[in-house]
Amino acid sequence: MAKMMTPAMERLHKKKRYNVTGVSSPGREAWKRLARNKTAIAGLVIVVFLLLVGLFAPFIAPYDYQVQDYTKMLQSPSAEHLFGTDNLGRDIFSRCVYGARYSLPIGIVCVILGLVVGGGLGVIAAYFGGKTDNIIMRFIDIIQAIPSTLLCIALVAILGNGVIQMIIAIAAGSIQGMTKTCRAAIFMVKSNEYVESSKSIGVSNLMIMLRHLVPNAVGIIVINAANAVSANILTVSSLSYIGVGLVSPTPEWGAILSEGKAYISAAPHMVLFPGLVIAVTVLAFNLFGNGLRDALDPRLK
Amino acid sequence: MSGNKILEVRDLVVHYETDEAVTEAVNNVSFDVVPGEILGIVGETGAGKTTIGLSIMGLLPKPPSHVIQGSIRINGKEFIDTRYEPKSFFNLAAKRMRKKTDRHIEKVYRTIRGKTITMMFQDPMTALNPVMYVGDQIVEVIKIHENVSAAEAHKRACDMLEMVGISASRFKEYPHQFSGGMKQRVVIAIALACRPDLIIADEPTTALDVTIQAQVLKMMKELQESLGTAMMFITHDFGVVAEICSKCMVVYAGEIVESGTLEHIFENTRHPYTKGLFNSLPNLDEDADRLKPILGLMPNPMDLPGYCSFYDRCEERCDRCKEKNPKLIEVEPGHLVRCVHAKAMGVE
Amino acid sequence: MVRYILKRVFYIIPVMFGVLVLVFLMKIVMPGDPVTELLPASASLEQKEALRDELGLNDPIAKQFVDYVWGIISRGDLGTSYKTKQPIATELMQRFPHTAAIGLSALLISQIIATPLGILAAVKQYSWVDNLIVVFTIVGASLPSFWLALMMIMWFSVDLGWLPAMYNGTLSGLVMPIISVAFGSIAATARGVRTSMLEMIRQDYVRTARAKGQKESIVITNHAFRNALVPVVAGIGSALGALLGGSLIVETVFAVPGIGKYVTDAVTQRNYPALQGGIVFLALMYTIINIVVDILYTVVDPRLKTTFVTAKKRKTKAVREEAAANG
Repeated sequence: MAKMMTPAMERLHKKKRYNVTGVSSPGREAWKRLARNKTAIAGLVIVVFLLLVGLFAPFIAPYDYQVQDYTKMLQSPSAEHLFGTDNLGRDIFSRCVYGARYSLPIGIVCVILGLVVGGGLGVIAAYFGGKTDNIIMRFIDIIQAIPSTLLCIALVAILGNGVIQMIIAIAAGSIQGMTKTCRAAIFMVKSNEYVESSKSIGVSNLMIMLRHLVPNAVGIIVINAANAVSANILTVSSLSYIGVGLVSPTPEWGAILSEGKAYISAAPHMVLFPGLVIAVTVLAFNLFGNGLRDALDPRLK
Repeated sequence: MSGNKILEVRDLVVHYETDEAVTEAVNNVSFDVVPGEILGIVGETGAGKTTIGLSIMGLLPKPPSHVIQGSIRINGKEFIDTRYEPKSFFNLAAKRMRKKTDRHIEKVYRTIRGKTITMMFQDPMTALNPVMYVGDQIVEVIKIHENVSAAEAHKRACDMLEMVGISASRFKEYPHQFSGGMKQRVVIAIALACRPDLIIADEPTTALDVTIQAQVLKMMKELQESLGTAMMFITHDFGVVAEICSKCMVVYAGEIVESGTLEHIFENTRHPYTKGLFNSLPNLDEDADRLKPILGLMPNPMDLPGYCSFYDRCEERCDRCKEKNPKLIEVEPGHLVRCVHAKAMGVE
Repeated sequence: MVRYILKRVFYIIPVMFGVLVLVFLMKIVMPGDPVTELLPASASLEQKEALRDELGLNDPIAKQFVDYVWGIISRGDLGTSYKTKQPIATELMQRFPHTAAIGLSALLISQIIATPLGILAAVKQYSWVDNLIVVFTIVGASLPSFWLALMMIMWFSVDLGWLPAMYNGTLSGLVMPIISVAFGSIAATARGVRTSMLEMIRQDYVRTARAKGQKESIVITNHAFRNALVPVVAGIGSALGALLGGSLIVETVFAVPGIGKYVTDAVTQRNYPALQGGIVFLALMYTIINIVVDILYTVVDPRLKTTFVTAKKRKTKAVREEAAANG
């Protein structure tokens, strides 16, 4: 009901979206907003799709990515070779399909690792405070003085090339970001006035307050994680491009690109498609991360 | 009757429209402000008082807020234009005319904001620009409206600082170097710098502690008396109203439920809500074990009833109250009450 | 104020010390034997032993570390490159101007382009301009810099012939590297400026400024943006860090003889001392940049400036004011 009916109200009533009770937990509100964000869902769908492509690569790729066919070198994209062939006659499309097994999963795994180690450090630092916090933060400051790409390069130099080594190197590079974020999030919850006065408001009320604070803190961490995945995917391909970590014949997208550099005038498709695939993957994650950010704080949309 | 009224508000209706609901913030509000008088606007948080103030200033955030109808006349000039309402997304002609009229109104507003009418906001801690000298913030409002040299503006700003009890030597200091009460005085200095005809003060003392509150009120009263400025004093505290106002209106769920002079409201309270407000104040003379609050909560402005908004909490309710929205009834000259139980003048 | 600056400058010391510890640990852990790398294969055993002694490789680890640190502080000695047998510090200094030129130009360009874009998007929120800019920031942040570089080479060098594909010592050879590095930064900075502006526009003091009857353009620049400068300046620090990382890759694509290429070559050529020297150098650069940004903060945020006026002077002044006002 209303004191005065207006066209705007009628429009909302018709759409049956008139939500009078604006009261539900912020966490659930955020979920609803996220679900309604079409670009974020699109991003998520693309990511899942790419993960599946990587998983079922042997079934999807029309050719074995390692087979070299000297009769079919540097061919432009065609019906038989969707992305064309490279200088050794290998089908680029198949190589890209298998490439989905590298950058994307590595990016995700590194973030999870980074969250566990870095987040753990951050939580310890925030929880214990004082000296422990100081020591951990000084340590992080030192690591931060080295640009993260450089740190990854150095670690790969020590550990050698290979998938596991890449994972360790990149996870190490993202630890400092995770530590800082988690530490900040815990501080946010810890210093909130409600938690401080927990004795006076009783334990059950404390749980209610936490139900409002924790989604926010978790939200910040999740947004950071989504951004970190994008950054990691770019780092993996960048490092592979310069020949550090995953090298030919591993069909990592960046490595494929580096092979194409020499043939850029003869066979531009060698450079176009792998890069496009990287861009689309990172874009998908960025869209999803963007949707997360809007869901958490719609005012700043 | 004294000459021209500074402010005439008639039948003002303001809604906030979002994707999920429509908030009826102001529902059919009409009142006048005469030069030199202090009008108190009393109500709970969320009753719509600030929205009324912002509408008069033209400072409502345009995307969610929407003036549905009404008239706001400042010194005779009309500031609301609801002629062009785009009926749909593609009603481009209406949209264009709307934008044109909005721009025109905004231009006129800019000439009177800060000079003819000014507004002081609730929280002094955030009302001042943290990276500008406080003196410069006063100079800003002077330079916008008056054609004076920089030196002259500087001098006047210093005078304003002294007038509100701050040493002019603090001109070149930043807001964070002042306490809450001092910050509020700076805000007052900015509001008074161009000798406005009307000041809208939105709970200026709510964020201050009681002793500072008393000082600031005293100062505002003195300034008002010496400069003759009219004021709209928004508050939720009847004590403040008694201190400083001459007339008062009580707002509930976006409507005026009772208005009149201080005697009318304080000594001949008619509306059950106002009565409830007075009853809930702790009384030193009485020996009471418990406070007597008004039970219940104000109705959700997204879902207001088509009848009396106070019905659910009213102790004097009856079936007649649910028939339709009660109108304002004049129970004695100048004393208006929105209740079906109020007896109009001359009716017994 | 001066105290704050000094404090920040002195902070370099513990941080760089920590970096040196890390790099020294890397030295120990990294494969490769300096002696076999530096001497030709035909060297005799005595020569090898002599070199080992000279390099201090037979000393206890602690002494090696002290020597290492001392070498850097006193002589700027970052070791000798395995590949060229030249002092690394010299090689780094030779290459520094190229990296600095690219980095600083990219920073300047990205700030100049991105800031107005961010402000525009914030002021016109919800409009098509805002949506377009937001889309641009998301897409721009998704493009791998080396791919953008290769695409540009394809269009501007191979197809159009306007710009050289490899760095050839001229300014035109710097154009594409700078754009490749700057592109992602433009997207990220525009995003950051937009977010900061959106927050500032909602602040109470912006409303106060409007209530004074101030022109909207001045409200946005003097009130909203002036306050948004603080987070924006913070963004410059991290933008530079990203630019540094980006230049590592982009320099390789265009064969620019900068520090980035030096370091990446060092890795692929197993030239470990060069890598370590590069790390120390870049860490120092980055730390200095951050300190400069911190100092910039005090210029932009007066709250920092005044915090260091002697507390006592401020207090007595304030107390006198209150007394006068109450009196």
